[in-house]
Amino acid sequence: MKKDIILAGVGGQGILTIATIIGDAAAVAGLSLKQAEVHGMSQRGGDVQSNLRLSTDEIYSDLIKEGEADLIISMEPMEALRYVTYLNKEGWVATSSHPFKNIPNYPDEATLMQELNALPHVAALPIEDVAKENNMPKSANVILLGMAARYIEILTPEQLRNSIARVFASKGEKIVEMNQQAFDLGLNAVK
Amino acid sequence: MIERKLLLGDEAIALGAVHAGISGVYAYPGTPSTEITEYIQANAPKVRSRWCTNEKTAMEAALGMSYAGKRALVCMKHVGMNVAADAFVNSGITGVNGGLVVLAADDPSMHSSQNEQDSRFYGKFTMIPILEPSNQQEAYEMMRYAYELSEQLRLPVLMRVVTRLAHSRAGVEVKEAVAQKALNPDNERSHWMLLPGNARRQYAALVEKQPQLLASAEASPFNKKVATEGKAKLGVVACGIAYNYVMENNPQQLGIKVLKVSQYPIPEESIKALAQECEAILVVEDGQPLVEEQVKAILGADSQLKGRLTGDLPRTGELTPDCVGAALGVTVSQAFGAPQNVMPRPPALCQGCGHRDVYDALNKVAAEYADARIFGDIGCYTLGALPPFRAINSCVDMGASITMAKGAADAGVHPAIAIIGDSTFTHSGMTGLLDAINDNANITVVISDNLTTAMTGGQDSAGTNKFEAICLGLGVDPDHVKVVVPLPKNMEEITRIIREEIEYKGVSVIIPRRECIQTLSRKLRQKKA
Repeated sequence: MKKDIILAGVGGQGILTIATIIGDAAAVAGLSLKQAEVHGMSQRGGDVQSNLRLSTDEIYSDLIKEGEADLIISMEPMEALRYVTYLNKEGWVATSSHPFKNIPNYPDEATLMQELNALPHVAALPIEDVAKENNMPKSANVILLGMAARYIEILTPEQLRNSIARVFASKGEKIVEMNQQAFDLGLNAVK
Repeated sequence: MIERKLLLGDEAIALGAVHAGISGVYAYPGTPSTEITEYIQANAPKVRSRWCTNEKTAMEAALGMSYAGKRALVCMKHVGMNVAADAFVNSGITGVNGGLVVLAADDPSMHSSQNEQDSRFYGKFTMIPILEPSNQQEAYEMMRYAYELSEQLRLPVLMRVVTRLAHSRAGVEVKEAVAQKALNPDNERSHWMLLPGNARRQYAALVEKQPQLLASAEASPFNKKVATEGKAKLGVVACGIAYNYVMENNPQQLGIKVLKVSQYPIPEESIKALAQECEAILVVEDGQPLVEEQVKAILGADSQLKGRLTGDLPRTGELTPDCVGAALGVTVSQAFGAPQNVMPRPPALCQGCGHRDVYDALNKVAAEYADARIFGDIGCYTLGALPPFRAINSCVDMGASITMAKGAADAGVHPAIAIIGDSTFTHSGMTGLLDAINDNANITVVISDNLTTAMTGGQDSAGTNKFEAICLGLGVDPDHVKVVVPLPKNMEEITRIIREEIEYKGVSVIIPRRECIQTLSRKLRQKKA
């Protein structure tokens, strides 16, 4: 079994934290993993993505082939759409529905959401709003991970929740609890 | 004991080097190589690891450590090889005492670079062994092998990686570390003294060693054949990371033979043997067609050879599993077409960044002149080329802002303004400034000092707290070294000073100084924690 995941967002939105949590869970579960990240210039507010590949077998390429990604996890709706040629026909998109407009020519929001929602398998939530309403403004990315958790399949939601505890352990119990709550919010929102 | 860790390619290299017993790492930050030195700084307190001023000083210091009998590592991005080249090429002539590995991280597709030059050419030119790992595990293991090879051949070894390996994470099995070497300075003088008489002898000896290098590559554990039975239509020479993209496309199922090449000089006999079993040969290599050209020479012009030169693979840009698949005859099956509502999202200077205020001021003053030219340099502030600033007219290489401004001023351009960051200034700007001073060039130099090497993630900057002293020491008139704080509220003062210094006929230096907001907020967060 394999799962090819594209993580997308804008530099600084915290997609690498999502990658770290999934990576930790995969390592504990004994899965093979490759995760290509973007460092350097694009981290300054540009589009960023990470190719995360999980498998029970050996993985060769660090990059995912076009048409073969099982899941796109995106912190931003236009960024989710950017990688749609990589998605396989049964693939899922879990994304924030909240646009991040730091460019003057950002597309019309309604048209953008229409194109996104025309894909067969989309879960979209205004994760920043959900995070704020629940007094966890910095955990929007973990809410998104919760939303995506059902589609990761090669790892269970429980394995991911345990990994959150390990990844945030150094920040104290309160932060761990808050992020696990954030994860559950996302998980339960897409039933 | 074998332990499994999740490591970036860069981290696997770093840990491999530490476990191979290095005593020092010498480097200047540069994407995608930076994380190697950062990892050693964070995890190996017994390894000397302070950032160097530039890649040349790094290379020379490492050579000195090797002279003293200890193992040393030098790391840089590909364009850093140009800066280090003088010392690097001559290190092939001197040879080494303690093992010496030079790590060059290439950036095909120029994700964070101004060209996609292929560092393997430097290794070939210097006539030393080159290693090119295909994955993180190999990167780790190759380090130990590289130091043994370096000491066995008494030559430096070049290890070349590309962005996709440097910045990709995977599980790596790590082994016990070996101890650092004892101090043992070389007593042989003639090797290290490249007077013509000695250098001729050393160069002849280097040429004589080449069959040994070739034999080592032919027998290398990292060069291997993935064979299918009998004859095949296609044989693939897969170099470094390209091997992964080939294997991703299941060559065995396609009846394709594969020769993995991860140690150079290229194993000629293995390639000839592959060619005898195959109707055609495809060379797959990330970067420039170095191997393809050599294979062409080995097999002859009328051989069935495919690669980047023949258009079977794209001539430029990094390889992907898709373009390699296409060259192997595998068709891509896209489920969804290209999206309609997606715009490019280029990077930008951070909100609140001091460079923004510098560009606001420069643009304001430049607009008052008919033909002001602003020569840019390498760093975050290169983003001043993009809207809304569009402030700079050039960006070529580290330090070129000052020297290009000088040349343009010599030709009659006025005002000729250079903008350069603090770390870039000490890397390669100081020498150019001395040229300008000695020739009394009519230029205005802006050293935009944010107290760090920001673009690569906030490493220490070699000249922090020393810029006024450096400029005065080089001979800038003390009345024309001005320090300002780049904030919107100081705009009037900053623009006035820029105007005055442009009107001064000679070299003036303006230093806008305000800490990078990324490093500032990181410090504040650490204080809070």
